[in-house]
Amino acid sequence: MYESYVPLWAVMVSMVAVVPILLSSRRPNLREFWTVGAALVKFGLVLSLLPGAIAGRIAHVEILQVVEGVELALRVDPLGIFFALVASGLWILTSVYSIGYVRGLDEKKQTRYFACFAVCLSSTIGIAFSANIVTFIVFYEILTIATYPLIIHKETTEALRSGRKYLFYTLTAGVVLMAAAAWTHRLAGGLDFVPGGLLRGVDAPASTIRILFLLFIGGVGVKAAIMPLHAWLPAAMVAPTPVSALLHAVAVVKSGVFGVVRVVGFVFGPQVMQSCGVDQALMVAAAITIIVASIMALAQDNLKMRLAYSTVGHLSYVVLGAAILSPEAFTGGVLHIASHATMKITLFFCAGAIYVNVHRQNISELDGIGRAMPWTMGAFAVGSIGLAGLPPVNGFVSKWYLGLGAVGAGHKLALAVFLVSGLLNAAYLFPIVHRAFFRGSNQYEGEREASPLMVVPLVITALLSVFFCLWPNGLVNLYDLAVMITGSVFGGGL
Amino acid sequence: MIDQNLPVLVPVLFLLAALLAPLLGQWRRGLSYLVALLALLVNTAVALYSLYYVVVNGIVRHKFGGWVPPIGIEYVLDPLAAFMIAVVTVVSLVVLVHSRQVVKVELVGRDVPFYGVVMLLLAGFCGIVVTGDLFNLYVFLEISSLATYALIAAGEKPAPVAAFRYLIMGTIGASFYLFGLWFIYNMTGSLNMADIAAILPGICGETGVIIGLLLMVVGIGIKMALFPLHGWLPDAYTYASSASTAFIAPIGTKIGAYVLIRILLYVFEPGYFSSQIPLADVIMWLAAAGILYGSVMAIAQKELKRMLAYSSIAQVGYIGLGLGLANPLGLIGAVLHVLNHAFMKACLFLVAGNLRVTIGHSDISRFDAALRRKMPWTMAAFTVGALSMIGIPPTAGFFSKWYLVLGGIDRGAWIMVVVILVSSLLNAVYFFRVLENAYFKPALSMDEAMGDYDHPDADIESFPREEVAPSMLVPTLVLGTGIVLLGIFNAFLVSAVIRLMVPAGL
Amino acid sequence: MLDFFLGHYAYLFLMALFVVGLYGVVTKRNLVKKLIGLNIFQSAIILIYVAGASKWNATVPILEGSGASHGDAGVAQEAAHGAIEAAHYINPLPHTLMLTAIVVGVATTGVALALLITIHRRYGTLDESELLERMS
Repeated sequence: MYESYVPLWAVMVSMVAVVPILLSSRRPNLREFWTVGAALVKFGLVLSLLPGAIAGRIAHVEILQVVEGVELALRVDPLGIFFALVASGLWILTSVYSIGYVRGLDEKKQTRYFACFAVCLSSTIGIAFSANIVTFIVFYEILTIATYPLIIHKETTEALRSGRKYLFYTLTAGVVLMAAAAWTHRLAGGLDFVPGGLLRGVDAPASTIRILFLLFIGGVGVKAAIMPLHAWLPAAMVAPTPVSALLHAVAVVKSGVFGVVRVVGFVFGPQVMQSCGVDQALMVAAAITIIVASIMALAQDNLKMRLAYSTVGHLSYVVLGAAILSPEAFTGGVLHIASHATMKITLFFCAGAIYVNVHRQNISELDGIGRAMPWTMGAFAVGSIGLAGLPPVNGFVSKWYLGLGAVGAGHKLALAVFLVSGLLNAAYLFPIVHRAFFRGSNQYEGEREASPLMVVPLVITALLSVFFCLWPNGLVNLYDLAVMITGSVFGGGL
Repeated sequence: MIDQNLPVLVPVLFLLAALLAPLLGQWRRGLSYLVALLALLVNTAVALYSLYYVVVNGIVRHKFGGWVPPIGIEYVLDPLAAFMIAVVTVVSLVVLVHSRQVVKVELVGRDVPFYGVVMLLLAGFCGIVVTGDLFNLYVFLEISSLATYALIAAGEKPAPVAAFRYLIMGTIGASFYLFGLWFIYNMTGSLNMADIAAILPGICGETGVIIGLLLMVVGIGIKMALFPLHGWLPDAYTYASSASTAFIAPIGTKIGAYVLIRILLYVFEPGYFSSQIPLADVIMWLAAAGILYGSVMAIAQKELKRMLAYSSIAQVGYIGLGLGLANPLGLIGAVLHVLNHAFMKACLFLVAGNLRVTIGHSDISRFDAALRRKMPWTMAAFTVGALSMIGIPPTAGFFSKWYLVLGGIDRGAWIMVVVILVSSLLNAVYFFRVLENAYFKPALSMDEAMGDYDHPDADIESFPREEVAPSMLVPTLVLGTGIVLLGIFNAFLVSAVIRLMVPAGL
Repeated sequence: MLDFFLGHYAYLFLMALFVVGLYGVVTKRNLVKKLIGLNIFQSAIILIYVAGASKWNATVPILEGSGASHGDAGVAQEAAHGAIEAAHYINPLPHTLMLTAIVVGVATTGVALALLITIHRRYGTLDESELLERMS
């Protein structure tokens, strides 16, 4: 462990960038420069922490004492840097994409949009690097508040209603999380995330642990969209697509499942969870979510809605992977955080490109669009393949480990859930691709691809999805990190 | 030499100012404000210095007139008292600077007596805090109450009625306190707090003592607006002028809470009111009821000041809850909430004042998105205050609730924990309604009559910036920033200052 | 029983006064009557203090250094010898406290009356229920 302020800078870069963004509201190009610039710097800072994390050296910094006995502290452990890499890397692409999107639609309030985006990313990195539960809660709540203006961006009645729903769910979750944290503080004497479980060795009756677990999962489960706490997610699709892409494929929902992983692996730990039987409960909830969400996705005609329910399902892949409590499944779950991010963001980017180009939102209206927008729909196809769990897209890798872990732990039902869900994914995604390319229709004759600002990022994310399947450890050592994370949780101690 | 006189300086200076402000105001109009400002500046400096001094050096006692207690009256500065005086003076200073403009608009021609009465009010509050004598406390209680009645009465048309009703209830309250004091005096033979504290353990089971304590608690409960003795509060806060409410709301009820803390934890043994008589539980349950009642009623309000008034009832409930938990963390939460709520409520009422001065009203249903264009800084301050009231970190409100929740868990009072958490959500409901209106409700232009959200709003950009004058804006922003700073640095405050206030044996 | 009454008649009477005052404040609709009730209520408490200070066979708490006979012979004797027996003097402290309380009560009544004048000027009535109706 060594002390370093780099994690703090990584968090604060975009927070600081908010000021120039607000000041350059009259000069869009300058404003966008700040956004993209901050994204690049942030990714660079996170990347600089990677070699140390791989080598097992953990950077940490204590900022200040936030309540008695608990500090606002950042720690760069493998899980933290894993999430931070995914979030900050994809943010660069989303920033570029956003520029194309909002300019393509000539949206109002662009400055507010970019400023809130920056705060969201700061809080996401803060969540990633949180060393203890209180730091986590602080950044978690900031994320909630910062995403609200983005969700209600269009300021229509529907948007405001969705925003209210979002707040209702997330603020309640925040409050529940606070109660859980306070209780943990009393039980365990501290609030740090400890690999293998903070509560391991704490003398408390099983019923207390169960209720505490329920509170924690209630708290993080809203953002992780575990049913029945998922209802805000489809409603939030009223937001502009880049918001849906980054926040609801990467930042907000991944913060939720990241929270679940932290709770399972670093607050409770495998031993405590197994001895109280809460892992079974979590497994059931995740399994139900996966299946029900996939079925509901089938019924949606609005493209973003279908993608929303798909997201709900895939988030629970991670939850199920964590709940199975076997090393392979855990690795698979962690890897799925990254694979789903790249794949889903591709799909959302495509949806946005389609909307900006031809102003269509419903799948039934998309016949033949593949011929007009081949790159876009090509990327969409790649993402769909991966979400169904097929090679050569990275969804295959994470699913492989998840399945392996399910079999290894003897949970045949979990394996069945994964397989069935794969089929359902194919069922609700492949037809879209088929219609786009093979349904004869001349309605899009003469349309061209969307602006390069949008198409390039989505092609890159699609390529990344393929890249990370072929080289899971490439570039940023995601596979190694996942293994280290699992090792620390199950081996106890890093 | 000045160190030994520290306890007395603040109330005496305020009394002096209360005399001078109206007198000099007769001579030159503007002088009354200047006298008040000067007095507050000096006293804030003294208060902060006293706080530092007491934390470093320990309790300071001052014998009034040289008479030795318990014969004479003693003024005591301990960490709790110094903290309270610091809170009172700092918040009042900010509010005073703000009030100048408001008074010019809402209390035309009455500014000279206004500042005099404000000085009297602060003299009363500070006297309550520093005195070490229970009857002297009654005297200052009544001084501050009289000043409060006057401040409330100078408002809109219904204000004198609200003031009269408060007068009746407040005097009954003070009289109950006095009656309770009779019992205590007769049982212990002394009026000095420290002396009584030494004598009480020997006789604490006696009926007289219990009756006396109960009467005193009921009396103070009326002043504190502890549910169900809160009836005077909504009307009083609503109809008083914005400037008056800004003075009374953040600190008035807190002083009542202070008296309760002083009596229950310092004069009586800390364990007495929780273990020997079930008073702590009663206070806790009433406070919880107040929290829920205040929050629910606030949701139903259409006017901003009234909404904030009911919100105050709920917030006083938090402090009562912390006290009723009868453990160190609960007390820390209660005291921290005194500070936090003073800043939050002052900020919110200053915003209400800004709104009244600029757009002439504070009806929530009439707020629209033109506000976010006209008064962006004011609305930003309101947002910070709202977030803090809801309890979003890193604003201050989150942390006082954190300690209260910890205290509740320690005590095993799970229902209280649920109440605190549920009320946070209720707070979110009524604050977000204001924010939604102010930020997103389409503004009606002159010739438009429709106002549904989907209607393209009048070009927001066309509304001119109409932010309030700096003398009003700066205090609002100072408080807003203060809320965030208090949140970030609360650990320092708790460990350096508030921990010292927890009496041994709690 | 009679003993109890004789020993505590002051308190019993004053409790009755207390209740009368409180009753007046709570039930009367006219604001002036409420104020009168409040005054009775306050007076009751003041008198309770005074009653509590009085003792059997005690005299005013003035120390006569010259030994001039003023009341009990025993007292004069003691005073002449320079000794003071506290039990023979009425407790003066509650009296002084009550002087203050009376002043407070007077000030409060003054403010209340000023408020009543303003209310009457603005609304023309001093009836509570009517005022509450007109206020909202």
